[in-house]
Amino acid sequence: MYDFIFQFLGVSPQALFGQLLIGLINGAFYALLSLGLAVIFGMLNVINFTHGAQYMMGAFGAWMLLHYLGIPYWGALILVPVIIGAFGILLERLLLSRLYHLDHLYGLLLTFGLALILEGLFRKQYGSSGLPYNNPLPGGIHLGFMFLPWYRGWVVLISIVVCLATWFMIEKTKLGSYLRAATENPTLVRAFGINVPRMMTLTYGFGVGLAALAGVLAAPIYSVNPIMGSNLIIVVFAVVVIGGMGSIMGSIVTGFGLGVIEGLTKVFYPEASNTVIFIIMAIVLLIRPAGLFGTPR
Amino acid sequence: MKNYDMPIFAVLIALLILAPMAIYPVFLMKVLCFALFALAFNLLIGYVGLLSFGHAMFFGFSAYISAYTVKVWGWPTEIGIIAGTAVAALLGLVAGSLAIRRQGIYFAMVTLALAQMVFFFCLQAPFTGGEDGIQAVPRRPLLGFIDITSDLNFYYVVLAIFAAGFLIIYRAIHSPFGQVLKAIRENEARAISLGYHVDQYKLLAFVLSATLTGLAGSTKAIVFQLASLTDVAWQMSGEAVLMTLVGGMGTVFGPIVGAAIIITMQNYLAGFGEWVLVIQGVIFVITVLLFRRGVVGEIAALATRLTRRSEP
Repeated sequence: MYDFIFQFLGVSPQALFGQLLIGLINGAFYALLSLGLAVIFGMLNVINFTHGAQYMMGAFGAWMLLHYLGIPYWGALILVPVIIGAFGILLERLLLSRLYHLDHLYGLLLTFGLALILEGLFRKQYGSSGLPYNNPLPGGIHLGFMFLPWYRGWVVLISIVVCLATWFMIEKTKLGSYLRAATENPTLVRAFGINVPRMMTLTYGFGVGLAALAGVLAAPIYSVNPIMGSNLIIVVFAVVVIGGMGSIMGSIVTGFGLGVIEGLTKVFYPEASNTVIFIIMAIVLLIRPAGLFGTPR
Repeated sequence: MKNYDMPIFAVLIALLILAPMAIYPVFLMKVLCFALFALAFNLLIGYVGLLSFGHAMFFGFSAYISAYTVKVWGWPTEIGIIAGTAVAALLGLVAGSLAIRRQGIYFAMVTLALAQMVFFFCLQAPFTGGEDGIQAVPRRPLLGFIDITSDLNFYYVVLAIFAAGFLIIYRAIHSPFGQVLKAIRENEARAISLGYHVDQYKLLAFVLSATLTGLAGSTKAIVFQLASLTDVAWQMSGEAVLMTLVGGMGTVFGPIVGAAIIITMQNYLAGFGEWVLVIQGVIFVITVLLFRRGVVGEIAALATRLTRRSEP
């Protein structure tokens, strides 16, 4: 019966589950990145175009720590998000915070410019061919129907944990309730004596830290490459349009779901695997313009 | 205040007619093609307040169409350019009717994603020649008798196309249609409450912008005898944004000035490789932070201040 289904579908179970796993991993990156974008957008009303570059910097951060300072992957996993997050805080304080009183489009343009600068600098220094980063968890386990490399399992697991922790922090804690209140009405929250500008700064740092974490996780899977961020960020924008940025859980679910759909497309119709997310975006815009989890405004 | 747009335009065209005496015509043609591209882009951001981050799809795709029809199907040059423009209009209709369903920042993301879809299509479709693009597109005599293998001759044709494009946009933004667009930019809700079908206006503006971008792209493909993935990549959309921003969003001449500045800069910095990207990024950041009105916008503001001071 089991074999019959796969014969009917015309694919081997190895190929199917292999692509499903790759889909889950891509989905993990989509979820982490769109979560960061959603958190930043909710608080700052800025679409962070630099997000892709900050993800790329996360991967490079891991590579640099290993090659220049000898700090292994597990150290980088903690250190890199903190360092890149601090860099994000610097950007927010020095540049981004000057634009809050203007149309949101200027924030987009500023972060686009920053993304060009960062990508250009890394390309200048490291070329665009990509640098290898060794897998910290070699080997894997045979599950009967497929081979699960330890590292890929770890990426899926940690990103689910981080996503859920972020959701818990924003939806269920006191700090999160300040955050949600300040998103809703910053002036009123300031009147209650809460330092909203500082919260905005920290939120930006946190979102950037999430992007950097995704970068560190990506380093052993994809080669560390200056252009890895710019291609990914456009897909993540489509993910954000599909999910809508109103809901944290929505971002997570949409991210993983679209990763899996993309993986399945690679099995059944590989020609469309690059475009399937954009096609879904077009369909969602036709049926539910506000996005799957968004509220129409 | 008196409107000096048309006298300025006349002087500009006169200067451009004389320009080949001092400047290399291929360079001038490049500036004109990109100026038309930026003017078409500015129609959306400057007059409807819609930031499209995907205009490369019209520019690049129309370039492929005109290059392919002229080279492979042997169509006459002018028909190839018209075909590219028409396909861009059609693509604009499809992309526009999707993108205008969202506002503000989402509009930018939707157009960017749609353009990336077109990019992947061009990367995979057999007719585009993949990484090589469509090269050595012939420059056949225009209308059967104008020899455009000479760069100087072709320059005047491109100048005529540019002038026509400029006048179409100028006419559009100074018509009742243009006034409604500005009303939508200033206060969309009020425009709706006044009974305007806002979405139809936005879509028409989008299609017009896409069409003229397609005209620029098709012409560019014949000028450089090349259509490639560079034209349809997201960086190209970014360049249109940059040119318009530097020149002055929402000004009549800003995009032309911006295109001239950015193309000149790229020409001088061509040997610096990756630094071009960094410098473009720095220009973005500086312009957004320090002079958001752009070159033309700042000059206009200065002129207004001076005339106010002289008149009691």
